[in-house]
Amino acid sequence: MTALPGAVPAWHALAESGRLPDLARTIADRGGRLAALWGADGRERGAGFALHAAFVVEASLAWIEVALPAERPRYADLSSTFPCADRMQRALRDLLGIEAEGAHDPRPWLRHGAWPADAHPLRRDVPADATWPNQVEPYAFVPVEGDGVHEIPVGPVHAGIIEPGHFRFSIVGEKVLRLEQRLGYVHKGIDKRFESMDVAAGARLAGRVSGDSTVASSWAYAMAAESIAGVTPPTRALWLRALALERERIANHLGDLGYLGNDGGLAFGLAQFMRLKEDVLRVNAQAFGHRYLMDLVVPGGAARDCDRAGIDAFLGQCTALERELRVLRSIYDDHAGLQDRFLTCGILSPDLAAKLGVIGLAGRASGQPWDARVAPAFEPYDRLAVAMKLARAGDVAARVTTRFEEIDESIRLIRAIVEQMPGGPVRTSLPAAPGGRGLGWVEGWRGEIIVALECSGGRIRRCHVHDPSWQNWPALEHAVIGNIVPDFPLINKSFNLSYSGADI
Amino acid sequence: MYHLLRQIAKTGIKTEAPAHADAALRVAEQRLRTGILGLFGGSLAIRAVDAGSCNGCELEIHMLNNPYYNLEGLGIRFVASPRHADLLLVTGPVSRNMEAALKRTYDATPEPKLVVAVGDCGCTGGVFGESYASCGRIANVIPVDVAVPGCPPTPVALMQGILTAISSGVPR
Repeated sequence: MTALPGAVPAWHALAESGRLPDLARTIADRGGRLAALWGADGRERGAGFALHAAFVVEASLAWIEVALPAERPRYADLSSTFPCADRMQRALRDLLGIEAEGAHDPRPWLRHGAWPADAHPLRRDVPADATWPNQVEPYAFVPVEGDGVHEIPVGPVHAGIIEPGHFRFSIVGEKVLRLEQRLGYVHKGIDKRFESMDVAAGARLAGRVSGDSTVASSWAYAMAAESIAGVTPPTRALWLRALALERERIANHLGDLGYLGNDGGLAFGLAQFMRLKEDVLRVNAQAFGHRYLMDLVVPGGAARDCDRAGIDAFLGQCTALERELRVLRSIYDDHAGLQDRFLTCGILSPDLAAKLGVIGLAGRASGQPWDARVAPAFEPYDRLAVAMKLARAGDVAARVTTRFEEIDESIRLIRAIVEQMPGGPVRTSLPAAPGGRGLGWVEGWRGEIIVALECSGGRIRRCHVHDPSWQNWPALEHAVIGNIVPDFPLINKSFNLSYSGADI
Repeated sequence: MYHLLRQIAKTGIKTEAPAHADAALRVAEQRLRTGILGLFGGSLAIRAVDAGSCNGCELEIHMLNNPYYNLEGLGIRFVASPRHADLLLVTGPVSRNMEAALKRTYDATPEPKLVVAVGDCGCTGGVFGESYASCGRIANVIPVDVAVPGCPPTPVALMQGILTAISSGVPR
């Protein structure tokens, strides 16, 4: 085990492929979980392929690397221990041709027909500009049979302004017997794209894996790059990042609360919360020059500082938001029609959430106590004592309540950050050509984002940005079972998962 | 109900009146109405299509309907089907996995129709470029009338893009 320097406790270790199943079971038995799974091609360096897995074990990250042969690379299925591994394994097979032996689902995941089954675009002997004829292949959805059972196919182009994906409902009457998701529509080849970039350019791409989580993912990327370079950013930069991260959380939660009201039939909620979100975005633009704070977090620190006027605007907004939210929350809580839609709708029980490895906001609303701001509490959260907001009901109402409470906590954090943030520079330079490997781990508004980065000579050799949507999408399939079809948009919105983030 | 009505009354009308908004927005609103009247008989129906974006552009498209910009107040609304649409507002880059769906959405939109490509990625392929998984800019897949750059473009820029599209002459 080699300790990786940097902002979060992390280790890297090599494991033999035969030991992987036991290792995974040991980690699971001790309450650990699979955080990310990816692969790499090392054949041109005389190695074979490699399977990489990041596990969260007792508030630290264990990066396990398993060497696999150049011919017929395969490893034992992990999804029997960690169900969330299933889609990651299928993606890995599509991109690199590394097979999970004994996996129950042989269907492709990211490969819809843009490249043939025997081609693996993430292999390093495939040129960056390689393309194949695009032939959409049929996909074998799991059929549900029985009296009166029929299917509703939805997407990839949806009715609302949302990202594309396909949902296949099997229903009786209005009741959902089964939902099957087929995602991968916005697969943009991000991992391959990283390999043509240097560390500085990669920061822009990392901030665009899922646009709504740009602060979280660019921070996680910067953390990984700084770990490799052995650089600690100026303290003020870390506090500015936390300020931006909490602003991002507030903006997204406000938007979701608006749409949850709207999907519950209360258009008033949409108008009110979107007004508040717009106020937040405008202050972001005023203070940092970008409504969504894109490209603010860069390896080495922050791209710009925030002046006193910006800080005052943040503080003023904390007061205004607190006042408005008190009124709006009581309106939501007292609205019988809305509560009727929210309560007991789309239940994800704590037991099932634990089995599926659900994390982030959706996990906390189902009693899963994971929040990287609490543990490992990366700087500056180690000095902010973040209060984790947990609920156990696991229904839409719980996910609404968790959002309200997390905004309150973020307002408290912003005040504390502004009070404690030291002065000084906000950026330090990274050495010109760092090489090595590093991990980043940041709690975004949706959940934890993990970045694994390997560089040599200042160029990116492999970069994988892992969005929490990988873990949480399968949970949505379970949460809708037994609900009626018209409640699906509400349940879906209450999870609000990223398509782009998991389709990479 | 009392609290709800009180909150509405207290909030007042947030929609930025042309005189108080920045000049660009004011011009947009006035000319927008004229343009729509001329072409689409008083209203414009938009179908938003995410053809592969990072979802950043979608965030700003959503904001078009908040009380400040109130796009629907101008007679412009988002519809659920391309068959009801006059204009496609497309974000990109176009992933290869969305190439067929985007073409089918375009074909399903009745004539006359307009296409506005949204964002740096929609205009050029942006940070994602062209690859085994990405077709790059929207215009590589369907005809585009107007391209609105930005990462993401602000709601004001999006309104201006829509304006430009409907005042650009005869739709294709």
